Amino acid sequence: MKPKRKAIALISGGLDSMLAARILLEQDIHVEGLNIFTGFCVEGHTHAIRSKHKNKVKRNNALWSAEQIDIKLHIVEVIESYKDVVLNPKHGYGANLNPCLDCKGFMVAKAKEWMEAHDFDFIATGEVIGQRPKSQLRSNFPVVARESGAFDRLLRPLSAKLLPPTLPERAGWVDRSRLYDISGRTRRRQMELAAKFGISDYAQPAGGCCFLTDKSYSSKLQDFWNHKVERDYELDDIMLLKVGRHLRPSKQWKLIIARDAGETQYLSGYRSKFAHFSIISHSGPLTLVDGNIPAEEVEKAARLVARFGKSRYADQVDVQYTGRDGSEKMLSVSPMNPSEIPSPWYV
Amino acid sequence: MPVIRTQEQVSKLEVGQILEVICTDPGALFDIPAWCRIHGHKVLATDSTGGESTIQLQICSDSS
Repeated sequence: MKPKRKAIALISGGLDSMLAARILLEQDIHVEGLNIFTGFCVEGHTHAIRSKHKNKVKRNNALWSAEQIDIKLHIVEVIESYKDVVLNPKHGYGANLNPCLDCKGFMVAKAKEWMEAHDFDFIATGEVIGQRPKSQLRSNFPVVARESGAFDRLLRPLSAKLLPPTLPERAGWVDRSRLYDISGRTRRRQMELAAKFGISDYAQPAGGCCFLTDKSYSSKLQDFWNHKVERDYELDDIMLLKVGRHLRPSKQWKLIIARDAGETQYLSGYRSKFAHFSIISHSGPLTLVDGNIPAEEVEKAARLVARFGKSRYADQVDVQYTGRDGSEKMLSVSPMNPSEIPSPWYV
Repeated sequence: MPVIRTQEQVSKLEVGQILEVICTDPGALFDIPAWCRIHGHKVLATDSTGGESTIQLQICSDSS
């Protein structure tokens, strides 16, 4: 009896990676999933934070996908090692601060490490030729295979017939004739395949699962780097860029203003690390101060904060300022008029 | 992050042991039970009060 071959499939939570794994299950391959947590791919987390998303299912799509096709999912946290991909991408950025080609090579390299550590035979991804600019160009498929070190142990079941046969195909572990020749940006064939497999509910593919592909997020990240001595980040930094309105009235400091109760609750977890403002006389958002705010600018910040609560039309608003050292100061201010807020302040 | 931390802790435990996860991420109430279903562990109880979520689970499989 032939030994059952084992594949580790990169699972992002989108349809393509779920299909890639499902195709291999059809061929009696033992498949387990691997999800790489970079710190930038936590859309489900953001939905969980914001009150306005409370009607959305707060699911982690990678876990959900794995459950749909009945495979195990292992989550690998790579926050530290991923920094070099974001900060120094060899192949550069895409339209925003998304280092997609470097990222793909990095993730496949992680899958290779996992494969070797767990005695698996090959790696599968949901990559489709031509689906995304840069990282999924046909000419870049060999780059990912080479730079990750996976070489011909990397199989892309959705586009395999358009690519040279890989080791799993040549060795007969996988039947190449039952793989696919999908290419291009349209999702029609993937949707047909999903229907064939009885998969009716899947995450809508819209720009991937990574915040770095998001223009607004990238703008906040660039602003963050512009005002730091070193171009670097910690997990808290990149998490906070996903939350709240960010307004920068000064090179030395910016405000992170919660947009709803969910964000206020989330930001409250950071109160011990940041100076912050709370509106006392009215219902209003918690606001963190990122940076060093001079004493003479605290009132200006308080007026800005007062603008973003139920207090916006009040004559006077009581705002409490708490410094990073825990010192407290009460201020009675008039909310800033919208005409006093220059649009460049909005990051 | 709670599901990753849970995964790490579970890998150190033996079948039959119980792990209680306490966190503030509301998504954990969905993610950790999903992770348990996938890996064959049993969720004994979940609770959410005052912005804090608690999930109690029992290790039922040593193959995570």
